[in-house]
Amino acid sequence: MESKKGSGGLWSLFWTFAKMGVMTFGGGMAMLPILQREVVDNKGWATEEELTDYYAIGQCTPGIIAVNTATFIGQKCGGMMGGIMATLGVVFPSVVIISILAGLISNFADLAWVKNAFAGIQVCVCVLIFNAVMKLLKKSVVDKRTAVIFLLVLAGGLFLKLSPVWFVIAAALAGILLKNLEAKQA
Amino acid sequence: MIYLQLFWEFFKTGLFAVGGGMATLPFLQAIGESTGWYTYTDLMNMLAVSESTPGPIGINMATYVGFTAAGIPGAVIATLGEVTPSIIVILIVAAVLQSFRNNKYVDRAFYGLRPASTGLIGAACVSVILEVLTGVRLALLTGIVKAPVLSGESLLNIPGLLLAAALIVLTNYVPKVKNLHPIVFIGLSAAVGVVFRFAGA
Repeated sequence: MESKKGSGGLWSLFWTFAKMGVMTFGGGMAMLPILQREVVDNKGWATEEELTDYYAIGQCTPGIIAVNTATFIGQKCGGMMGGIMATLGVVFPSVVIISILAGLISNFADLAWVKNAFAGIQVCVCVLIFNAVMKLLKKSVVDKRTAVIFLLVLAGGLFLKLSPVWFVIAAALAGILLKNLEAKQA
Repeated sequence: MIYLQLFWEFFKTGLFAVGGGMATLPFLQAIGESTGWYTYTDLMNMLAVSESTPGPIGINMATYVGFTAAGIPGAVIATLGEVTPSIIVILIVAAVLQSFRNNKYVDRAFYGLRPASTGLIGAACVSVILEVLTGVRLALLTGIVKAPVLSGESLLNIPGLLLAAALIVLTNYVPKVKNLHPIVFIGLSAAVGVVFRFAGA
């Protein structure tokens, strides 16, 4: 297999992922078709099957899906440095664009029409988050026990003075415990 | 010192937020509550901008929050903090790819993790809806419930609720329209906000 190590390969990883970062609008899901075109069709860095695998694992490991997938493809092409360069590439456009925008917006934040516009946008953000939760519910709440976990964490998240970290740790342990019990009973 | 704190807060977010960009929201809420770097409303605006600009939402939000806390260096450090756990975890997983995929404990842990992650985002969703559409403030970490009735403001944001209802229909039930990119709905809502003076400004 062709090795992509060396500085040329690393920069190519950086720029290709930077380009994909610019083209991604929205969540990690929006990135898949772009990854397929660039990584599989244009660069040949991974096969269709490998990409699907990376993407699936990227969704169920901690962190941003786009970053996880980028690290995966990068490390396959250029080892550890490849993984790091691909990730730096995919976040590079965000850092530049958001820093510029954030600076601009803070200058205009006191204008009446900007305030009104953001008040309208906040309503939309509510709906977008609500839609995201509904979509996730279908995938994550698959039986009575997952429904109970969902409701417990929902209530805990609203009323307890706890960092989300603890809910995540507890839920992972609960998952292992419940499935172990089920395996024993079977 | 703020840089170290930023890196650490976002390192934790990157390590424990499972399920992509939106899963970081409850963590960002908690960071805002405990540090006072930004308010709920600020976070909502950041989310809207993050959805409407190029780049993965989770990274855009990290950059924006970092920028709000400590300028451009803050933006860079928050983003690096958030991706560092990803890099470490993925490099490890890649090394043991086959056994990771077939590991029953990983599988079992995710059985519990997925609904929990949804529950956390759901809680963030409820508090955000209360704040924007009703004015009831449910402080995440302090447990204080602030009802606007006491200060004489109206309890329900009627124009906001009407817009929300319209958006729910548009984004879920209208063929063709529902598949449009969120930026379209954000733009529409901004226009409605300006025309009907949503902030009263």
